[in-house]
Parts: sequence; structure tokens; C-alpha cells
Amino acid sequence: MKGVPLALVVAAMGALALVPFLGTGYHLALAIGILNNLVLATAWALFSGPTRYVSLATAAFFGIGSYAAAGLGEALPWPVLLAVALVLGAAMALVVGLSTLRLSGIYFVIFTFGLSELIRQLVTWWEVNVSRSVGRYIFLDVTQEGIFWQLFGLAALVFLVGWLIGRSRLGLALRVVGDDELVARHCGINVTGAKLLLFAVSAAFMTLAGAIMAPRWTYLDPSIAFNPVISFQALIMALLGGAGRLWGPLLGVVPLTLLFEVLGANFPNAFSILLGLVFMAIVYAVPNGIAGWFEGAWPRAVRLLPQKAVR
Amino acid sequence: MRGIGLRLATVASLAAALGAAVGSAAAQDKIRIGYAISKTGPFTGGASITTLPNYQLWVKEVNAAGGLMIGGKRIPIEVIEYDDRSNSEEAVKAIERLATQDKVDFILSPWGTGQNLAVAPIMNRLGYPHLAATTNTNRAPELAKRWPNATFWLGLPSDISVSFVELLAKLRGEGKVGPKVAMVSVSDQFGIELSTAARDALKKAGFELVYDKSYPAGTQDVQPLLKDAMAASPDVFAAFSYPPDTLGITDTAKVLGFNPKVFFVGVGTAFPVFKQRFGQNAEGVLGIGGWNADSPTLKDYFKRHVEALGREPDRWASPITYASLQVLGQAIERVGKIDRAAVIKEIQTGSFDTIIGRVKLEGGLLKEVWAVGQWQGGEFYGVAPTAMAGARPVVVPKPEWKQ
Repeated sequence: MKGVPLALVVAAMGALALVPFLGTGYHLALAIGILNNLVLATAWALFSGPTRYVSLATAAFFGIGSYAAAGLGEALPWPVLLAVALVLGAAMALVVGLSTLRLSGIYFVIFTFGLSELIRQLVTWWEVNVSRSVGRYIFLDVTQEGIFWQLFGLAALVFLVGWLIGRSRLGLALRVVGDDELVARHCGINVTGAKLLLFAVSAAFMTLAGAIMAPRWTYLDPSIAFNPVISFQALIMALLGGAGRLWGPLLGVVPLTLLFEVLGANFPNAFSILLGLVFMAIVYAVPNGIAGWFEGAWPRAVRLLPQKAVR
Repeated sequence: MRGIGLRLATVASLAAALGAAVGSAAAQDKIRIGYAISKTGPFTGGASITTLPNYQLWVKEVNAAGGLMIGGKRIPIEVIEYDDRSNSEEAVKAIERLATQDKVDFILSPWGTGQNLAVAPIMNRLGYPHLAATTNTNRAPELAKRWPNATFWLGLPSDISVSFVELLAKLRGEGKVGPKVAMVSVSDQFGIELSTAARDALKKAGFELVYDKSYPAGTQDVQPLLKDAMAASPDVFAAFSYPPDTLGITDTAKVLGFNPKVFFVGVGTAFPVFKQRFGQNAEGVLGIGGWNADSPTLKDYFKRHVEALGREPDRWASPITYASLQVLGQAIERVGKIDRAAVIKEIQTGSFDTIIGRVKLEGGLLKEVWAVGQWQGGEFYGVAPTAMAGARPVVVPKPEWKQ
């Protein structure tokens, strides 16, 4: 059982790594979509899974990353730009986190949603009154393969960092916070500090994803960069997969991205209706996420096997 | 019973697969044309008024004639349609899917400036002609150079503003309007490019800008904005607005009894819904776009559009979108085979007969485009640039609102 999640992640990443060599441009586009969603959903679950704080700020950080690429892409070498984006995202998360992580429950959800809108309006105001141009053009020499491999590396990094955190004192502290914040405080855990640190790590990954994806679109404006759909998608995918485990979101991202694709390709006129039905089915049928269902199913399967085979 | 059903299904799907294999083995008996357009999300309004009806109309008409004439034979068009959900990433992915999965012969453009720019690099890389009929950006000349497969059909925002200001300067020379201008603009790319160009042109022409504000896209209540503009008692009111706001601003001006001599509103003035909503009150309103409604080819197009789709076209980008399709069709027929590079070259260099007259692109851009139109007697006539064939004299002052 212990090896299964690792095998799953390695198998999924290995399969994705073959796409640039075997697939067409369309497959590559699909793989980029999967990797982007994978980074966002896993980064989301990194913070929201153990702490159980539902964040809708994914679009805010993703948008900041996109704008960093658009604004500085021609001025800075690409690795420096990625570093800047990372710092921007983490710094933003620290500032926001300091003021809001004392909120909890629905207040936190609403605030994070408002945060995306706030940043979108600030960027718009800046562009209208200072740059005098709302849309930005990103002409960078990045190929689709280049974007793919950067996202691939980023996804691998998310898993690595997530795994390290899970093994560290911080990971343990966060699980305690998620189970009972009051108890955690009484155990002497610096609750706010732990939450803040993880929020910043999660935000940094989202920001990087935004920076890497931006050159794909050529044209960027605030409604594209801070599209609220990004936040909701990350959340839904992570919840379907199971936000409580590092490898959970993977199980949600792959089927949902493919499902969106199949529905969009075959039923372009009924997409939203079918999507709604699928979400309802998910909520009723797999409330604990696929990972939860999987972990429940595994012992059941083991019990059915002859005892010898298991040992 | 269940077993038989399953087996039947297997046989049916096998037959279908065989049929598909045979179909593709036969020489080109269909031209596959694909597009991804916004059927859901915020761009649906524009896409379903300007772009989609014209795609449907053109395909219907071409197929009714038996198809496009290629190599002495008429070949019908088969359409593959996707929804880009008003999302750039979806649009990019859909183009990849059309080109590499569906292997379509040609791809039609999505609706709107942002969506077209998002798909432009990929269309260029894949070597498909890109007729961006609904893209309006000041960087079009530069973009056309960067992507030689792309052509831009709607003029430049700065041209619209400059034409408008030239019109105002002429009216002022005739003593019909004073120097005071109030201007509001939506704070997105389009509104900003238009208002920036207008600001410069107004200053150069010696107008006095008594009010100049931008408002965020999606603003519901424009009354405070209009009250302030009204308080400045301008001779000319110009709103560089988007469709929902265009209607809102006109409505509010009517309610407030705001009657400047010149009343100009942005995108959407040319939509049939404007006339339906304001009826007699549309009379004299100026806006972006316009067409030469007296031209027999456009009259005929109007009739066909209404008959086929049950509604009127818009009076700005609709005829241009249709003309771009005619150009694509004629270019394919002249090349005589599915050779996308040759078709691109023909579009760039050839000259074509279309419903908007003779079309010859310069540097990938359609230059003869209406900038300003005016509702006159229930029709939205082009009034500027005044050099365009069929330009009508502008009616000033605008009649007062009837409540």
C-alpha cells in the first residue's frame, strides 16, 4: 500500500513525459493543460488540504505570475524572471496571509475570492491610468515543448516539496492545525506561522505556473489573467481527487481535464449542462474524493484476497 | 437480450469505423472547415451577433451552390465547430485540435480582439490562413508583419477616433458645433486605444475636453458618469463603450434628457438591437461602424441574412466578416487545391469582389473601413471617413430625445 501513491505519481509523470515524443501538437496542448491544472490543484491542496482552509485565491497568484511574465518578459532573462515571479507571489502571500489567516471558515473563502477581484481591479487601474493600455502583448521565443518541460519540472518540484513538507515538523504541525486549531495552539505550535509559511509556498507555485503559461497566449489582459474559473477549477479538481493527500489532486486533474476536453469536443452546445451533471454526480458518488474512495477500497480488496498472497 | 444489444452495438460501431475509413480513403470529397467560437461566457453576445451567423450563412450558401469549385469540380464544405468558452487557453487548444486531430483544411477565426490574438501564433505555426475579421488593435500593422498568414479587417482604433475628430472639425468649421467635448471610455484595451487616440486628435484640432473619464467594464449604473458629463454642458458627447454599456449610456442620456448636439456611442450602436430598443430615438445617434446601405450588394446580403437566420446583421463587422469569407472562398477556388500557403499568398496579394465592394488588402490590412455611422431613417449609414463610397452627410444637431 505504501508504495502505491509513489508508483502512481511516477507512472503518471512518466506517461506525460512521453507525450512530446509520441503525440501530436494537440496531445501536447492537452498535456500542457493537464500539467498546468496539476500544478495548481496540487499547490492548492498543499495548503488547503491539511489546514482545511478553502482558498479561492488561485487566480490571484496565477494572474500575478502571468503579469510578471508580460511586464518583465522582454527586460529580464527567463530564469531571472521566474525567480522574480516566485518572490512576488510568495511576498504577496505573506502580506495577505498575515492579515487574513486569522480568519476562518466562510470568511476566509470570501476574502480570498475578493482578493482576486481586488488585484484584478488594481492592475486594471494601473494599466488604464499609468500604462494607458490594458492589454499586453507577450512575444517571447518559448516553444510549446519549452512550456511543457517547464511545467513538467514545476509539477515534479511540487511533488518533491510536498513530500518533504509532509515528512517535516511543519507537515505534522499543519495536520494538527487541520484537526483542531485550539489543540494545536495549546501544544505550543506557532499556528499562524505554520499556516503562513505553507500559504506562501503554495502561492509561489501558482505564481510560477502563471508565469510559465503566459507566453502561450500572446495577449494578456486582467480578465484573462485573473479569470475566476481558474480558482474554481483548481478547487474542484483537488476535491475530486482528494485534497487530504499529496497525490490526491492528480486523480482529479487527469480525469477532469480529459472529461472537459471530451465534453467540449463532442457536445459544444451542451457543455455547461453536462458539466453540471458531472459535478453533481461527483459530489454524491465520491464525496471523499477518488483518493479517499481508493484508500477505502484497498483494505476491502485486501480482505477478499487469500491471506497468504498479501503477506 | 442485453448480449444481443451489445453485439449489435459492436457491429454498428465497426461498420461506422469502416465507413469512416472508406470515406477518408476516397479523394477529397469534402472541404473540412473548422472553427472554435464563444458559445458560452462573456464573448457570446458579440460572437452570436457578428460572427457565427455569417459563418452559417456563408456555408449554407456555398453548399447550396454545390460547394467550392476546386479543380473543375464543386466540393461541399463540412463544418467542425467547437466552443472556446470565452477562454484564451480553450481557444488555443481548440485550434490545435482542429489542425492535428480533425485535420481540417481551413480554420475560421474566433470572435474578438483577445481571442484572435491568442490563436494567432498557433495559426501561424500550423500554416493556416487567419482572417481576423473582428480584431481591432493599433498594433495590427506590426502583427500582420509578424504573422504573414494573418490579415486584419476592421481598421485601427486610432483610425476610428481620428475619423470621428475629423468629422467634428468639419462640423465646427461649418459652425454647427462648439468646441466643448465630453468623453467617457470603457477601461479595456479597445476603449483605451480609442480614447487615447481621440484625446490626441481633439487636442490637435483645437477642441476643449471638458470631461474625460474611464469606467470599468461591466459597470451597471452609468448615471453618475452622465450627470457629470452633462454638468459640463458639452457640445459633443462621445462614449467609447462596449455593447451592454452602449445601451445603458443611451438609455440614461434619454432619461436625463441629456441632449448634446453630437451624441456618439461605441460598439453596439450598429447592432440591430439598438434600433429595436430605441426606435425613433435612435435617429441621429452616431456610433462606431456603419455601412453603405444603398449598395445593391449589401441590400441583397441584408435580405439573405434575414431570410436565412431570421434576424438582421450588425452594420459594422457583419458585412466585413462575410466579405472575409468570400475572399477565403475565392482564394481557395483560384488556387484550385488545398494548398494553404498558396491560399495565404492569394489572400494577401489578390483582389476580390465581395459584398462590400472590391477588396484588396494592403500589408495584410483592409484599409477601406467605415469608422463612424449614424442612424438616419431607421438605417445605420456610414458617415466617415467622408472619402468612402456612399458616405452620407451627417445630421447635426441630433433631434432631442422623445420620452
